[in-house]
Parts: sequence; structure tokens; C-alpha cells
Amino acid sequence: MAATRAASARGMSVTREEVAKISNLARIRMTDGELDRMVPELNKILDWVEQLGEVDVTGVEPMTAVIPNTLRLRADEVDAIPETAGGRRDDVLANAPAAEHGFFGVPKVIE
Amino acid sequence: MTDLTQLGVKAIRDGVAGGDFTAREVAESFNAAVAGASALNAFIVATPDHALSAADAVDARRAKGEDLGKMGGVPIGMKDLFCTDGVQTTAASHILEGFVPRYESTVSRKLWEAGAGMLGKLNLDQFAMGSSNETSYFGNVSSPWRKEGANAAMSPGGSSGGSSAAVAARIAPAATGTDTGGSIRQPAAFTGIAGIKPTYGRCSRWGVVAFASSLDQAGPMARSVEDCAIMLEAMAGFDPKDATSLERDVPAWEAGLDANLKGKRIGIPREYRMEGTDQAILDSWEQGKAWLRDAGAEIVDVSLPHTKYALPAYYIIAPAEASSNLARYDGVRYGLRDLPDGSGLQDMYAATREEGFGDEVKRRILIGTYVLSAGFYDAYYTQAQKIRALVARDFEEAFASCDAILAPTTPTASFPLGENSDDPLAMYLNDVFAVPASLAGLPAMSVPAMLNPDGLPLGLQIVGKPFDEQGVLNAGLAIQQRAGFDAAPEKWW
Repeated sequence: MAATRAASARGMSVTREEVAKISNLARIRMTDGELDRMVPELNKILDWVEQLGEVDVTGVEPMTAVIPNTLRLRADEVDAIPETAGGRRDDVLANAPAAEHGFFGVPKVIE
Repeated sequence: MTDLTQLGVKAIRDGVAGGDFTAREVAESFNAAVAGASALNAFIVATPDHALSAADAVDARRAKGEDLGKMGGVPIGMKDLFCTDGVQTTAASHILEGFVPRYESTVSRKLWEAGAGMLGKLNLDQFAMGSSNETSYFGNVSSPWRKEGANAAMSPGGSSGGSSAAVAARIAPAATGTDTGGSIRQPAAFTGIAGIKPTYGRCSRWGVVAFASSLDQAGPMARSVEDCAIMLEAMAGFDPKDATSLERDVPAWEAGLDANLKGKRIGIPREYRMEGTDQAILDSWEQGKAWLRDAGAEIVDVSLPHTKYALPAYYIIAPAEASSNLARYDGVRYGLRDLPDGSGLQDMYAATREEGFGDEVKRRILIGTYVLSAGFYDAYYTQAQKIRALVARDFEEAFASCDAILAPTTPTASFPLGENSDDPLAMYLNDVFAVPASLAGLPAMSVPAMLNPDGLPLGLQIVGKPFDEQGVLNAGLAIQQRAGFDAAPEKWW
């Protein structure tokens, strides 16, 4: 099923059910009215990007780094960079909507 | 005494160093200008105390005969996408309203270390997604410019629309911007100021609220090419905290400025002659060629065959990265939390994100989620990344026969607020000339060229080879000297 759909991704438009599914995957709640509005907007954008299918990309590698750059390793040293080091619990929690006992508070996740 | 708010970065820095006026006098003048310009809605918060204390520190250093720094005594506006220690940072979103970072972004830290002070945090399109500054949770920014004989509020461009409006209105001598797909250059063009996006990796992304990490680059916006060169020197440089930061020395761009283009070849990409481009824009492009020829350059035709595919590829790649980057806004660690009665963790995520994100941000997250989802990834995302490679290759091949490229910055001048806001696709087309250089990570700048028949500014764009900000700035300077653009918006705010 997934393979068939991938092969025909171009020329396809998204249905209301698919947009509802995507919004669930993206964890964005949407009202019926918002879904109604979003479906034609997304389809218009997806129709427009379909022109990319015209381009012959035989033998072209997808870009992974825009400017050739080697990934560095930082020094193997504890707390080498103070701003991103440990020991800053209060700073990390300072903007949490619900910080309790030195932790992030969340609704109960285990029954 | 001269009105200090009419001065740019270089004039302020040199005037403070020379004792013509104090940094405190400069900060006070601009603080007052900011306070008097609330009708523009350029600032989300003003920070007059930050500007004053930075100014006092510079004045004290001068009294002791110490070095004042590259930006000594210059108060600037900071786009509210840069995290500033102890000062609210929102990305113009509701989801980050009230977020007060406990650390300073590398770019802003470097500016303060160079002697700059902060006038406030500048409004922008929400999460830098937009081309008109109409997607901010904190309201639209109005351009200080209006059409001749008209009163309609005009767009300052976006996403760095607070930055462009503030600099054009002379309530800040310069401002930071960020450019993902034109967000420095398009607003600069709309408001008659200069702005440069350096090579990807020149300015650290650490502490900049992320939109599309493979494209995001910070840069300066100011009224002249010289001012941009000075400020970019202060902003750029290697940062071990950004994995894509360039390990290269920062050139002395200001000292290297030279408007003599003898021996340089400037390419004119034939594919940029697009349908729907205003005649006045095409005329300004012709004029730009004549100016560069006058500066000694040879004008050559070049081809960038995949130009038309750059924008649609961008609108797959940028939303894909955004959907991933913005997954962090979950109502747990910072920002807004919406916890409906009796709901669990998943409901909290969904409600928080519904409440906290604006329409354009949701639209892009949904597009990004879709193109990255199982079964669609190759057809959309991989294809777009291959086309991105072709767009970059086009530039590489063009640069075999030229040193820099001249093009319009935008297909039209600024438009009235509200005119394009119902049609996302029409809005995206604003960046059709700006996006290719973003996809290729190249340095690119917009400089003011002239006014159109409506009395609105038009910009010209120069795109350079990787790492050749100097070549871009020099061509920009050659245009600036010949354009003699000194138009300013008439004060109505």
C-alpha cells in the first residue's frame, strides 16, 4: 500500500482524512473548520511543488551539506563548554510551565 | 547639534571614538525615537536600559583610553529570533510568549562584546515564516514607506520586517536579521536599506530560534554597504557550539572595501527574466548593469537552468526542517502549556500547539510532516534535495565565467498589508529571486537602487561565490556610489 502510494505521490491530492492524520502526527489539534480551510490550501501548495517531478535527476546525489564542511569532534572533556555543560538545573527549568521538585512536570502518563 | 538618529553605524562609531558626541547621547536619541514610533510596531519589547548601560560602558572605556570595539557606541535593534539573556525572546509566536532565555546567542554576545547596545527586540514573521510581516502574533509591522499620495499601510517585507522598518525609519542605525529564503534581502529591498546574508556557516546559529537549520543564516541590515561590512565583521566567526560553523578567520571586510571593479566579471542570469516581474524592476536591473560597467566590470550572460525549480524545492525542504525543529514546542520545557481538563500528555501536546502556533506556522509544519512521512519521503524530500544539488551546481558552473551575479532582489516593490495575505502561494513568490542563493548557501546582499513610479524603494541583489562576502560588498558599494540613493520615508508615525 505504502509503495503504491509513494509511486503515485505526484498527481495526488490530500484528502480531509489525510490532513487529519498529518495533523495528528504533527500533534496539532485542528477543528473541523480549520481542517476545511487547510485541505485546499495544502493541495494548492502540493500541486505547485509537483513540477519538481519534471526534472531529470538521474545520477544526482541529494544534497546533504550546503557548504563542504567536516564535522568536528569536541574535546573529550567533561563540561568543556560552560553554556552547554551540566550543573545548570535551575536555568534549564526556569522557563518550564510546570517545574516541580527539580523536574519537568507533565500530566500522568501511567495509569 | 546634529540629529544623531540620522547617523549610521560608521558615523556613530567614529563620532563616539573621536569625541564628537558620547555613546550615551546616541543611545538616548535612539531610545526616544523608538519610544515615539510605536505606530510602526517594529519592536516587540524596547530595552532602553540595555542600550544605556552598553553606552555608558563605552564612554567609560573611552575615558580610560581603551579600545571601544568594532561597534563601540552603536545601539542596534535585535531581531526577536536571537536569544537574549534575561530579555523575552518570542520568535513573534504565542507559544514562546514570556520565554526569557538564561543565555545569550553567540551573534548577540559578539555584538555586545564589540561595544554595541540593544534598543529592543524586533518584530518579525512568526518563527521567521513569512514575507510581509503579517504572521506575527504581536501584530503586523508597518513600513515607514507609503505610496506617493496614499495612506495605505505597506509591508516592510519579511521575515525581518521589524528590522527593515526600524532601520528605514531611522529609529535604529542597524539591526540584525536572519535569512532562510530571503528574509534579510527582501525586507531590505522593500524599505530602501542594505542587508547581507553571508555564506552559510559564517555566523553562528547557536541561540537563534531554529526554522530550517540547513538554510538559516544571520546577517546585518543597515543603511549602507560600509555599515553592513562593519557589523558583519562583529557578528561572524567560528563557534564551537554550532556544528555547521565555518572554521575560517573573519576577513577585514570594512578595510577591504573597494568599489573599483576593473577586471571583474558580473554575470546576468537569463532565467531571472521572469514573467510577472514589474517593468520598474527590469529597468532597475538594466540600470544596475550600467552602474557596474561604469565601475569597471565586464557584464556577461550566464545561465542558471534550474532557477524555476528552486522555489518549489525550498517549499519542501524548509517546511520539512521546520516540522522537525518545531517539534520541540511541546508545552513541557518552555513556553505555553495548554492542558485541557482531564487530558493526558498527547492531548496536551496537541492543544498547546494548536493554541501556540499561527496559521502559517501550522501550514508549514503540516506540509513538512507530510513530505517526510512514510511513502512520500523519496517522492518529495529526496527529489527536492537532488534539485537543491542541481541549483548549487548551476551556480558553481556560472561562477566559472563570472565573479558575482547581479539580479533583482524581488519581483515587485512593497505591497499594501493584507493584499497577499489570503494566498500563501502568491506570498511565497516574493522570494523567487532570493531563494536560489539560500539553497546554495551563497553570500548575497540587497542594496537600494532607486524609487519606482509609486515612490517605493527597489533593491538590487548581488550573489557571490562561497566565502566571497568581500566581492559581494564591493559590487554593492559600486552600486551604492552610483545610485546615490538618499531617499527617506516621510515621517507619519
